[in-house]
Amino acid sequence: MINRLANPARFMRWSATVLPWCGRVTVAVVALGLYLALVAAPPDYQQGESVRIMYVHVPAAWMALSVYLFIAVASATSLVWRHPLAEIAAAAAAPIGAAFTFVCLATGSLWGRPMWGAWWVWDARLTSVLVLFFLYLGYIALVNAFDEPGRGARAGSVLALVGVVNLPIIKFSVDWWNTLHQPASVMRLDGPRIDPSMLVPLLVMAAGFLMLFLTLLLLGMRAALNERKALVLRLNSAPTPGRVAVRERPVAAQSPVR
Amino acid sequence: MVGDVGYYLAMGGYAAFVWPAYGTALVVLGGLAWHSWRRYRASADTLEKLQRELPARR
Repeated sequence: MINRLANPARFMRWSATVLPWCGRVTVAVVALGLYLALVAAPPDYQQGESVRIMYVHVPAAWMALSVYLFIAVASATSLVWRHPLAEIAAAAAAPIGAAFTFVCLATGSLWGRPMWGAWWVWDARLTSVLVLFFLYLGYIALVNAFDEPGRGARAGSVLALVGVVNLPIIKFSVDWWNTLHQPASVMRLDGPRIDPSMLVPLLVMAAGFLMLFLTLLLLGMRAALNERKALVLRLNSAPTPGRVAVRERPVAAQSPVR
Repeated sequence: MVGDVGYYLAMGGYAAFVWPAYGTALVVLGGLAWHSWRRYRASADTLEKLQRELPARR
């Protein structure tokens, strides 16, 4: 199935059908999630209304980690099998992951100030998520640093795979080190330790963020494929004087590999 | 009624933290969505223009 859909021409065809529906579902689920989070969910018995920040912060954190994992898997796929769409998918996912990570950090800070009395603490959880944010920025910078898209994607893939080490550090940082950050209360081996009246809004918001990711991913991949196709068209149809100029470059200026 | 809205917006005294949190998420994710859409439209328009012009030149 993945193999069949991974042909760029076929991807453009099916994504054109799927994309509008992804967009509509995203809007509907996020709207429902916002209603549940801001109106229907009860205030916390300890944190009061400030707990509503959780419905943005926690799904954003889940997406920050999941999108990075997605980039790592896509990077491995593009390195090992040279899948034409894998590197495009990885590159398109990176800005979305960076945005989710930023939202996670900003909302966490806004939640930390009233609850911990500090906008920021340099503990393991917060620092490792900040490192994740810089990994995203580094990946984006690296992928765009080369004139030839393929080389940038290969360099980015290696960085993405090395950075995977950070994911378990983020996940288990609250268990391994002393921290102000609370430990996991949903993704636990013994089941979620959170009341359904709060768990349901949280999961709906998470579903909304996931749909947003898929929508923006398809949109970004389609844009990247359009841009590459336009580049190929331009190169293939370069006017003759331009070609002569390229051929007549002095030998020293050409790359030694050729 | 106005009092109810004011009470709701006050978020139990946490309005200064809850609303900026939702606002940040809206601006960042909404901004990314808007930017992605613009880039997609631009790429589709450019490609269409090229495909229309190039066969004529050949």
